[in-house]
Amino acid sequence: MKTYYNPEDLKKFGNIADFEPNLAKKFFDYYGDVFKEGALTAREKSLIALAVAHAVQCPYCIDAYTSDALEKGCDEAQMMEAVHVTAAIRGGASLVHGVQMMNKYKELSM
Amino acid sequence: MTKSLLARHSALSDTQRQLQILSQAIPFGNEPHAFTTKLRESSLFPLTPTQIEIFQVNVGKMCNQVCKHCHVDAGPDRKEIMTRQTMQQCIDAANRSGAHTVDITGGAPEMNPDFRWFVEELSASGKKILVRCNLTIIVSNPKYHDLPEFFKAHNVEVVSSLPYFSAARTDSQRGEGVFERSIRALKMLNAVGYGMPGTGLTLNLVYNPSGAFLPADQAGLEHEFKQKLRKGWEIEFNNLFAITNLPVSRFLDYLIESGNYEGYMDKLIGAYNPAAAANVMCRNTVSVSWDGYLYDCDFNQMLDLKVDAPGSQHVSEWNTETLSQRSIVVNQHCFGCTAGAGSSCGGSVA
Ligand code: SF4
Ligand code: SF4
Repeated sequence: MKTYYNPEDLKKFGNIADFEPNLAKKFFDYYGDVFKEGALTAREKSLIALAVAHAVQCPYCIDAYTSDALEKGCDEAQMMEAVHVTAAIRGGASLVHGVQMMNKYKELSM
Repeated sequence: MTKSLLARHSALSDTQRQLQILSQAIPFGNEPHAFTTKLRESSLFPLTPTQIEIFQVNVGKMCNQVCKHCHVDAGPDRKEIMTRQTMQQCIDAANRSGAHTVDITGGAPEMNPDFRWFVEELSASGKKILVRCNLTIIVSNPKYHDLPEFFKAHNVEVVSSLPYFSAARTDSQRGEGVFERSIRALKMLNAVGYGMPGTGLTLNLVYNPSGAFLPADQAGLEHEFKQKLRKGWEIEFNNLFAITNLPVSRFLDYLIESGNYEGYMDKLIGAYNPAAAANVMCRNTVSVSWDGYLYDCDFNQMLDLKVDAPGSQHVSEWNTETLSQRSIVVNQHCFGCTAGAGSSCGGSVA
């Protein structure tokens, strides 16, 4: 079956270096540093990543960060709350533009 | 309810079948992903013992629980238990081995009718004793209600599994109602002083993931378990050991049945850590089966991979010298001990 997304491709992420090694190396080094324990804990970063994965709706990232969040000791309630944060911000981002719509409406109306 | 692989007549109850699956492990069965290759790259091949410190005795496969992940394939239907004669041979061997600790496991070791005799004899010989108690056994029958007192009388260190501080995750792995009964048993242990500051009575908990993922950082988990158990149930304990599930027996069956086998092996292999490999528990442990055979660890025991020490493969023919010169028998399941922070019966190793 041909599909756009193949779970096996996640493992091949590193292969992007085959076509352009220098930028790939910079990216992966940066990526590694971003997720290190810092001002935020590794667990907090994992939950942020999980929430962002849902915002960008990347199936690879959702698989990877579900697994990662479990390995950082998160439980299902925390993970679902993170997804609700995504939904709230996404929903809010749409709704707050309602003000723009209202402004335009008022501008165009008598 | 889960049944043992044996009761289910599963093909995996045959250890040869398990080894076949583990060694076929394509694509990771290829030379570059063999455990032996990784050890070679870390200059650890052949893997050799350091000094025997822990003498682990599996007194039988009988258990009141049938946990989904059990690498022993234990359960109420398992009748294989150690005789008093073999226990005596273990005491003699433990004394000759130089080990400072005897680690008693099962099954539920307390179900062996000679369990108390064994602990009493070991206690008299001055060894430090550790019992891997599944907690629920304490509340399963009035005849076990005094176990906390018995442990205390012999200064036994108690090590108990509690996969999570929630009923849902614990029960999904260990069986319906196990969390609630474990909490009751923990309270009984606390009541006699186990896990309480200043008593010197040690109660350690074991965390293992409820599924196909690696354990979180041990120190972080310990902190969280302490807070949650104290706040929710007023329970105290000493240390938490985070253990990785090894692809053996019922956990192997779970991995295959849930479609997680390849992904999990990939994860273990990808997380290989040479520092953990240098500290694997088989280097300072020897493991005895219910029928007296010797193994490098409890996992090898369940895969029937006996020690590579001709003339000293049974506790009745114990020879410290021969055993110290052996090479440890390794296979693909060993990747479970070397992933990330590593894993042993005492938790992380790196
Ligand atoms: S994991 Fe322990 S408690 Fe659970 S079935 Fe196996 S031996 Fe019994
Ligand atoms: S499974 Fe046993 S033999 Fe293999 S590394 Fe772990 S402790 Fe050692």
